Amino acid sequence: MTAPHRVSVTVNGKTYEREVEPRMTLADFLRQELRLTGTHVGCEHGVCGACTILKDGSAVRACLMLAVQADGTSLTTIESLADGDRLHPIQQAFIEEHGLQCGFCTPGFLMTTLELLRNNPDPSDEEIKDALGGNLCRCTGYQSIIQSVRLAAGKMREGNAGASQQSA
Amino acid sequence: MLERLEDEDVDAKILAGGQSLMPMLSLRVARPEALIDLRKLSSLDYIREDNGKIAIGTMTSKSAAEDSDLIRTKQPLFHAATQRIGHRQIRNQGTVGGSFAHADPAAEYPAVALALDMEMTVVSANGHRVIPAADFFVTFLTTDIDSTEILTEVRMPKLPAACGWSFQELSRRDGDFALAGAAVTMSIESGKCANARVVAFGINATAVRLQSAEQAVNGEQPGEAIFALAGSKAAEAVDEPLSDVHASAAYRRHLVQVMVSRGLAEAAMRAGGKH
Repeated sequence: MTAPHRVSVTVNGKTYEREVEPRMTLADFLRQELRLTGTHVGCEHGVCGACTILKDGSAVRACLMLAVQADGTSLTTIESLADGDRLHPIQQAFIEEHGLQCGFCTPGFLMTTLELLRNNPDPSDEEIKDALGGNLCRCTGYQSIIQSVRLAAGKMREGNAGASQQSA
Repeated sequence: MLERLEDEDVDAKILAGGQSLMPMLSLRVARPEALIDLRKLSSLDYIREDNGKIAIGTMTSKSAAEDSDLIRTKQPLFHAATQRIGHRQIRNQGTVGGSFAHADPAAEYPAVALALDMEMTVVSANGHRVIPAADFFVTFLTTDIDSTEILTEVRMPKLPAACGWSFQELSRRDGDFALAGAAVTMSIESGKCANARVVAFGINATAVRLQSAEQAVNGEQPGEAIFALAGSKAAEAVDEPLSDVHASAAYRRHLVQVMVSRGLAEAAMRAGGKH
């Protein structure tokens, strides 16, 4: 019943094949098997949003999936955002607007923001609050995070208008 | 796969999207010996019109239901309820069918199912059967689905254009479990309330239809006083509500009155009645 399962998954454009315990969560798989430790594990039962990644382009909680459920999917994690030393506009915006303090929840906020801004390049404050409602931050009080997302939206719109440059 | 479900030696649990089951596994509330993952049953991923009704395959994601023009325009009550389920991250991975099969007392879909007389199709190795919503939800986390069956489709009528509707829910924060809520449909005929359907959820082991509230408004002119009265009738009619750290039984009973009267008022407004 607990025999390992073969999982083939594409993460940030690279394909990995691993034998995994069927009970291993996707978050643990990313961190422990693939050593992609940017995805943080907070509550481990779907409340805090720290482990948010994109699965086939949609934001999901990596702690609420088993690694075997990701077989055949394409995942995007926080490690894909920066291009070498060049930060993604969302990352840059969070620095400029002080959208983080301790940083533990930040990967989840950034990935949730990435999905939001791809679907809605110019969200209202209400839409930002609604989208971020599933992510908890215990440091910032959220105001600076909302400002960060607003700034990121502007940066990404400028980037898309300025060139054929692709966002991550 | 359906044969494996029948294997009585194995305590197997079906895994749809996992957005309720995974937390239960993490917290060790559920400890099945085996999980049967339905993810690759792409034939259960659809939203379509069928004989004037809307049929949804049970492995369809909740965000697909949320983004569906058909559901938004033709069944706005189901659409509004979908938007109140968890957060977008949950709806991206969580399935429509999962919420029906899980049957959480605080869940949105069971209330909508009772309000709309939805029908659930289950399949076993021996064939299929259709279960009306009134028979489907049995008690806490328990449905009429047999251990050898899987839920394959949920089906609902389109909302008639003249029918008003309302989906009310109170939670501490958006996306949290509902403390209480109500799903209401109602039309206005010759200036009077007609065909009211009132369902409350989050207060008892299952969502509950409140006919005393329906009877209180049917045939009456829409107005604040009659809706408040119907809310009170609803609150009186419910069995002793759940009581937990989030809300006492008395508070939940009070919320039934508030949710039902607000729901009726909003449904009446959408149906075009003045009040």
